[in-house]
Amino acid sequence: METKRILSAPFTDEKIKSLKAGDMVYISGTIYTARDAAHKRLCEMIDAGEPMPFDFEGQVVYYAGPCPAKPGQPIGSVGPTTGGRMDAYSPTLISLGLRCMIGKGSRSEEVIDALKQHTGVYFAAIGGAAALMAKAVKEAEVIAFDDLGTEAIRKLRVEELPVIVAIDSEGNDMYKIGVEKFRQE
Amino acid sequence: MREIQASKITELVEKLCIEACYVLSDDIYSALNTRRKTEKSPLAKEIIGTIVQNADIARNEHCPMCQDTGMTVVFIRWGQDVHITGGFIEDAVNQGVRQGYSKGYLRKSVVKDPLDRVNTTDNTPAIIHYEMVPGDEFHITVSPKGFGSENKSGLKMLTPSAGIPGIKKFVIDTIFHAGGNPCPPIIVGIGIGGTMERAAYLSKKALLRPVGSVSDNPQVAQLEKELFEEINKLGIGPCGFGGSTTALAVNILVNATHIAGLPVSVNIGCHATRHSEGEL
Repeated sequence: METKRILSAPFTDEKIKSLKAGDMVYISGTIYTARDAAHKRLCEMIDAGEPMPFDFEGQVVYYAGPCPAKPGQPIGSVGPTTGGRMDAYSPTLISLGLRCMIGKGSRSEEVIDALKQHTGVYFAAIGGAAALMAKAVKEAEVIAFDDLGTEAIRKLRVEELPVIVAIDSEGNDMYKIGVEKFRQE
Repeated sequence: MREIQASKITELVEKLCIEACYVLSDDIYSALNTRRKTEKSPLAKEIIGTIVQNADIARNEHCPMCQDTGMTVVFIRWGQDVHITGGFIEDAVNQGVRQGYSKGYLRKSVVKDPLDRVNTTDNTPAIIHYEMVPGDEFHITVSPKGFGSENKSGLKMLTPSAGIPGIKKFVIDTIFHAGGNPCPPIIVGIGIGGTMERAAYLSKKALLRPVGSVSDNPQVAQLEKELFEEINKLGIGPCGFGGSTTALAVNILVNATHIAGLPVSVNIGCHATRHSEGEL
């Protein structure tokens, strides 16, 4: 593979537009974890008109519920969870400024439309590669929903977190393109 | 009558929970390396390499391969001449899970009630399957099951007229629709026959059979081979981004069934398909 392409989070529209489905990139900077229960709660808070735990603009949300950290480490193993379970919530968050999501597995047409409309991107991390990904996390802090345990929202400082562009801002979807290319009838 | 202390069961289950989450079994590890060489997609090759690297880190640094350390499924093969003393077997197993998930820094993913969804915070209760056998052996396999793959599994009650083509269609449809979600390259466990719940149990048990093993029933072995080839032609590939490696193995277990039925269950195991076993 060619030289590492390292991107710093949060993201600008220009940077997002430069990403194409199938690219392998590395993210450095600040990202936030949120999965099923946190998404449900965020959307309930939006409906109730309450303020969000962090500003979504240009931000990256990582669908992950880490293992407990061993003493002296910022976090335990932390790989991606299935993005499709967040399909019901993502278009709302994208419309409020969220630009990037990291998960695994395919997304709904509604999510792809929202990415196209608001210049967003869906990254996939390698499912199960949680020990490797934990090494990229330098700091972790629970910033909301502490009662949810592993599902709490965490602010992470990451260095070179490896991801693949799964769905780009033009709606190109690796889950379709890749499979079609290698499918044998 | 051989006696086994309940506390010994707890100790063994604790150890197996940690071992299963930290150490990728040799059969899967070598299958990944073999398929990496034959894989046609450069991106997929890279991904398989990363999966192997992740397994190395987990094994060497004693941490979980995957953050989803699963719902703990425990298979117990229990000789009828063995008597458990000093406690109830179920409590002993659950105590082992509690200790293993705490000492191993494993994620606690179990909610007590599927509707209320409040975490039990110790990953109990485990799902325990008992198989009574003659003699005095006592064998435990712990297989933590993540739900990325579990959620994509399925069961169908086919009619006898559906036959082998019907079985194949159901399996292929299930795998194709699962796509990249269950973390391919996958292990496919299939249970055919019995009743509804027996087929489901067998499909999970089939995941424990080593990668590279073949059914001793020639007709079943042939079906395993055909399904393995057809699944790898689907193009799903590692992570679901396309490639020639979608499955590392197809393992089938069969059971006697009713004249009117043909139950088929597909249980998908991710590229880690964790399990660890021990004897008392």
